[in-house]
Amino acid sequence: MTDNIKHHLNDAVLMAYSAGSLPEAFNLMVAAHLSLCDACRARAESFDALGGEVLEQLESAAVAALRPGSYEATLALIAGGPVAEKTRDDLPCAVLPKPLRDYVGGDLNAVRWKPVGMGVKQAILPTSKDASARLLLIPAGTAMPDHGHHGTEMTMVLQGAFQDEDDYFARGDVEIADSDLHHTPVADIHEDCICLAVTDAPLQFDRLIPKIAQRFLRI
Amino acid sequence: MKARQRQVTPKNAATRLLWVEHVARIRDHKDTQAFAELFGHFAPRVKGFLINSGADASLAEECTQDVMATLWNKAHQFDASRASVATWIFTIARNRKIDLLRRQRRPEPEDLTWGPEEEPDQADVLTLQQETELLGAALADLPHAQRELIEKAYFGDLTHSEIAAETGLPLGTIKSRIRLALDRLRHAMK
Ligand SMILES: [Zn+2]
Ligand SMILES: [Zn+2]
Repeated sequence: MTDNIKHHLNDAVLMAYSAGSLPEAFNLMVAAHLSLCDACRARAESFDALGGEVLEQLESAAVAALRPGSYEATLALIAGGPVAEKTRDDLPCAVLPKPLRDYVGGDLNAVRWKPVGMGVKQAILPTSKDASARLLLIPAGTAMPDHGHHGTEMTMVLQGAFQDEDDYFARGDVEIADSDLHHTPVADIHEDCICLAVTDAPLQFDRLIPKIAQRFLRI
Repeated sequence: MKARQRQVTPKNAATRLLWVEHVARIRDHKDTQAFAELFGHFAPRVKGFLINSGADASLAEECTQDVMATLWNKAHQFDASRASVATWIFTIARNRKIDLLRRQRRPEPEDLTWGPEEEPDQADVLTLQQETELLGAALADLPHAQRELIEKAYFGDLTHSEIAAETGLPLGTIKSRIRLALDRLRHAMK
C-alpha cells in the first residue's frame, strides 16, 4: 500500500469497472491499481454502492417475476454445498499485486519475458481479445521510442519509474493516454522499470469488436 | 418537470440494518426465514437487473438462483461496515454477469482485510448504512433523465452512442448528464 500515488484512475473507468462493462484487460488494470491504492478503492466502493442503489430502486416494471419454484431450486443449490473457496495467496513483498500474480502464475520470477528490441521485454497476459494487457520491462535509463497511441492506453508502474514530457510516474501511478498523446517515456536510471500496459486497440484486425472500453473513458 | 412518478422509494437505514441482521442470522444460524425474506426482496431485482443487462429470461433465472445461493454460502464474508446488503448483492450479481454473459474472468483487487473475522464495529456499520441511505435518496431525487442514464450505465450493455440512439439525445449531452448526475450525488452526500 502506498500513499505516494499521484496519478489515479478516473471516475469513468471506476464506474465502468463497477458496472462490469470494461474488457478483461482493463478490469485487470483497475484491480491491480486498487490493490495498491486506498483512495481509488474507496471511490470504487462508492460506485459499487451506487450500483446497489440502482438495483434496489429498479422501477417495478424492470423487476422480473421469478420462475415458479425458484426459491426451492435455490435452496436445493445451497444444499448441494458451497463452491470451494479460493485459498489465500499472501505475498506481502511481491512486486506484482495479487490480481496480476493470478494471471502470471506467480510473482516477477514467473513472468516469461520476450524481447521486443532495445533491451525492452514484454509478456502478454491471457485476457479476452477485446483489449490486451502486457507487462513491460524497460531497462533503467532506457528511452522508449517516441510513439503515439491507438485507442485508449493505460500504463501503471509496478517497479522503478518513468518520466515523459509531462510528468513522473512511480509505483502505482497510472498514465491514461489516448490518441492525442505523443510521448517519449524514459525509465528512471535507478532501477529497471516494470509496467502493466493495457490498450483497447491491441490488434488491428479486432477493429470490428465494439470498443467497450471507450464507453466511459472520456465522459 | 415531467409528471412521471417514481414507483419506489429508497430504503431507510432501519430497513438496511434489518437486512444486515438477516445476513448475520444466515451466517450464524442458517436461518431460512431470514433467507426467504431477503430472497423475496432481492431475487426479483437481481433477475430484472440481469435481464436489463442483456440476459435472456432463463439465463437470468439460473444466474439469480446462483447469486442468492452465493449470498447464503458467503454470508460470513459480508462486512456491514463496508457495504449495504444491496451493494453486496449487486457486486455478486455483477460478477456472475461477467462470468456468464461475457464468459470472462473478473480480476478482483487484493483483499486487504482478509484475516481473522472480527465483528465490525457497530458504529461503523450504522454510519455506512446511513450513508447508503443518503446515496439512495440522492439517486431517487435525480431528475428522471439523469437517473435513467446512470441506470443504463450500470446495466452496462449500452455504449454512449447506443444510449444516444435509444434516447435521441446527442452524445455530448449524455456525457455531461452523467457527469452532472455524479456531481449532484457527490454534493448530496456531503
Ligand atoms: Zn488511485
Ligand atoms: Zn505510451
